[in-house]
Amino acid sequence: MTTLAITVISADRPGIIARVAGALSGLRMNLTDSSMTVLSGQLAMTLICAGETPIGAVRDALGEAAGDDLIIHVLPVGAQVVPTVPSASYLLTVHGADRLGIVSGLTTVVSEAGGNITDLTTRLAGGLYVLAAEIDLPADADVTALRDHLTVTAAALGVEAELQPLERDEL
Amino acid sequence: MGSSDARSDALLMPTSVLAQLGGGRVREVVTAPAAVLSEPGPELDPTDPDVVRLCADLIATMRVSPGCVGLAAPQIGVGGQAFCVDVSNHAKTRTCHGLIVLVNAVVTAASRNVKGREGCMSVPDLTGDVKRAARLTVSGRLPVTGEEVSISTDEFEARALQHEIDHCGGHLFIDKVAGAHALHPRKVYLPAADSRVE
Ligand SMILES: [Zn+2]
Repeated sequence: MTTLAITVISADRPGIIARVAGALSGLRMNLTDSSMTVLSGQLAMTLICAGETPIGAVRDALGEAAGDDLIIHVLPVGAQVVPTVPSASYLLTVHGADRLGIVSGLTTVVSEAGGNITDLTTRLAGGLYVLAAEIDLPADADVTALRDHLTVTAAALGVEAELQPLERDEL
Repeated sequence: MGSSDARSDALLMPTSVLAQLGGGRVREVVTAPAAVLSEPGPELDPTDPDVVRLCADLIATMRVSPGCVGLAAPQIGVGGQAFCVDVSNHAKTRTCHGLIVLVNAVVTAASRNVKGREGCMSVPDLTGDVKRAARLTVSGRLPVTGEEVSISTDEFEARALQHEIDHCGGHLFIDKVAGAHALHPRKVYLPAADSRVE
């Protein structure tokens, strides 16, 4: 069994996902996890697939499917790295006037606190820059200290930052 | 529960108060990242003629803005706890108190969180999925008389009240989105498609 991570980047137009998925199903590679988005007209997709086809054959087939308009990378996926520390999930939201260094400044603070960003969206809408990041923090992390540090860093960047527990409804 | 009994609730604002809230000026709506939108607004004196004028301006500005069901003082550049809401004739409305204008309003009871997509005239290019209480009690003071009132409501009117009370406290819906994938660019080719809580 091979498990592969595949990234696809292209100018967005109808039919791209069908091309990639068609090539994979032709190789009997099973599509498991995937995520796709379009940012400023650029399609970006990451997908995980599994099957018996060797990576070389997958690369060849996708290279053909890529034509001259898709950029496709195929990488082997190693054994899963399971996080050993229990963690709690938080959501960091930031908004303010766009300027250089908002993402780097605030994500550095998160990383210094041992936080792992599991999902990130940023949007530039008119003059407004907005960031929303989901963060796993170690169970023993000092959330109050992190929140203070984020507030100070945000103020220096002239933006607003809020860190709150990410609610999960268990139904 | 049938929807036929919706919108049958008593109107909140006495006619005598409404009579004092006409003739407001249409003001320019401030957009983020303006500082006034991120600062907690002070309490206001609801009987102060300036505050009554502010409320009249909020109503006038809301009325001329297509799709707008609520507007708070910071959105017209005034830091302070005053807003108007009117969800009459909105498809998502259940209980409805008609035009609501409150000063120094606070949430006194909230339950049953429900996720819904919100927009805001002060964040014109984005919408967001926000969890809000679908059962809500708010208390505040009426402009002009200063009378203390309490309203209990639900669904869309509850969402609109929470959105405006947040504005008065210097918070935008962006601060309350449900996750990293809960922010959405507003589809420019469908300008009236998303309902805006404002
Ligand atoms: Zn708003």
